[in-house]
Amino acid sequence: MLRASNLEVVYDDVVLALRGVSLAVPDGGIVALLGSNGAGKTTLLRALTGLLDIHDGEITKGSVSLDDRPIHRWRPERVVDAGVRQVLEGRRVFVELSVEDNLKVGAHTARAAMRDNLERIYELFPVLADRRAKTAGYLSGGEQQMLAMGRALMSDPRFLLLDEPSLGLSPKLVEQVRDVIVEINRAGTGILLVEQNATMALSIAAHGYVMETGRIVLDKPAEALLRDDDVREFYLGLHPGEAGERRSFRDVKHYRRKKRWSA
Amino acid sequence: MTELLEAVLRGLGTGSIYAMLALAFVIVYKSTGVINFAQPAMMLAGATIATYAGPAIGVVLFASLSFFLSVGIAALLTALIALVIERAAIRPMVGRPAFVVAIITIGIDIAVRVVAGGFIGLGARPVPNPWGLDGVDLAGVRVQQRHLVSMAVLTVVVLALLHFYRRTRYGLAMRAAAFDQEAALTQGVNVGNVFAVSWAMAGALAAVAGSLLAISAGVDRRIWVVALIALPAIILGGLDSLEGAVIGGLAVGVVQALVGSYQREVAPWLGDNFSVVAPYVLMLLVLLAKPYGIFGTPEVRRV
Repeated sequence: MLRASNLEVVYDDVVLALRGVSLAVPDGGIVALLGSNGAGKTTLLRALTGLLDIHDGEITKGSVSLDDRPIHRWRPERVVDAGVRQVLEGRRVFVELSVEDNLKVGAHTARAAMRDNLERIYELFPVLADRRAKTAGYLSGGEQQMLAMGRALMSDPRFLLLDEPSLGLSPKLVEQVRDVIVEINRAGTGILLVEQNATMALSIAAHGYVMETGRIVLDKPAEALLRDDDVREFYLGLHPGEAGERRSFRDVKHYRRKKRWSA
Repeated sequence: MTELLEAVLRGLGTGSIYAMLALAFVIVYKSTGVINFAQPAMMLAGATIATYAGPAIGVVLFASLSFFLSVGIAALLTALIALVIERAAIRPMVGRPAFVVAIITIGIDIAVRVVAGGFIGLGARPVPNPWGLDGVDLAGVRVQQRHLVSMAVLTVVVLALLHFYRRTRYGLAMRAAAFDQEAALTQGVNVGNVFAVSWAMAGALAAVAGSLLAISAGVDRRIWVVALIALPAIILGGLDSLEGAVIGGLAVGVVQALVGSYQREVAPWLGDNFSVVAPYVLMLLVLLAKPYGIFGTPEVRRV
């Protein structure tokens, strides 16, 4: 179980980015984390994997724990070694390295099992096997996303934290990414899926959280979230009581989307 | 013909020293994406340490062995100095733009040079060695022994580096860290350690190069300028390529030697000391044809 309890994160000593955020990812489960831009989703991921430091962020209250062991003071490489891996938003492959070298860097903490893992990844992503000697920067966006995920899997992580894997991908590719996530999860990896594409995320997650301005405002099983009126309106583009019909644009226009939940 | 061969060998000898300095630049660039402008100071510091270590250990068995021992001590101590500098001034900059770090290295360069200069004093300090300017006859061609020593040391260094980059996981990790530090962190690469290892390696190499350079005329405060000749060498070889650094360094050395030997007869209108400028002319010509250097990796950008 990967757990954040009552996290408070401050950037540059002044900017309060997270306020009392608690979240849990069970072993082998899929958890979705929704929220609009600037809600604090990425900050939460950074707090989980020790990346706050290089962004001048700091955990001022609360804790992150892996199996009840506090890990929020750990350096990023130790977190990776313990089996928690993050795939950064925007894929961030090493563009000038070949596909295979990218995967090998991913195996930095698990060199012994590198051969087996390489084969496993190529099986999971046949498209990478075809392009193994190609420069990673010349892959398409979808292929780069596959590479970023494959790279993270090279150390057999227990938990995979995906930051907007559907970003900038066509609907068809989003489906493909979703299927891959399900497959990774079936092999036993717990997944925290940060998404703006709520339909995709909630279709495979068991549990979901919604963040707004640095707090968790909703924390429900995915099915309940799909039925939640506010989620339907803000994230799925559906409207209460209209059975999925869109409201006329005139009604939408004057509607202020600054609605807050009381949490 | 003999004259030409002698000039080329002389060029390869000094070129070997340039190549080592260029390698030091490339090592730091490959892992941090920064041109380490503190390199000249590290070379000066390393050579200075060798001038103290040499007399301190005296003669162990035979003269060349004691020279290499003093160089080894200088390399170790300079690596340590580099580690301290890296920890104090560079590590806090993990995740910052390369430009910021590059400017910091200029500051480090000035500071270290002043301190090393204090240990050198006004005149030149000799590094005890058995070769000096002595020559040796190779089938009628006269070569200075120090040039042969430099070439031999360069060969060993290059073999060791190739092994390091090909066979250890740190080689790849260093390149990854240079491209994207945050992404490297998420792969479990300790970017801080990568910085430290590359700085230590570059410091040690600079010390070796400085000591070899000091065989002929000793160490004075101005020899750091020589390290700047490594800049055209790495730029024409390609900033991120070990092979490029070696070939660039050797090419610069040979061009300098050839221009020095022949320019006065062939093109007297260029005036005296054109050999000092020649490396930069060579660099410009190469960049016109290959903007990323001969072995450099072209920037990858998808449009």
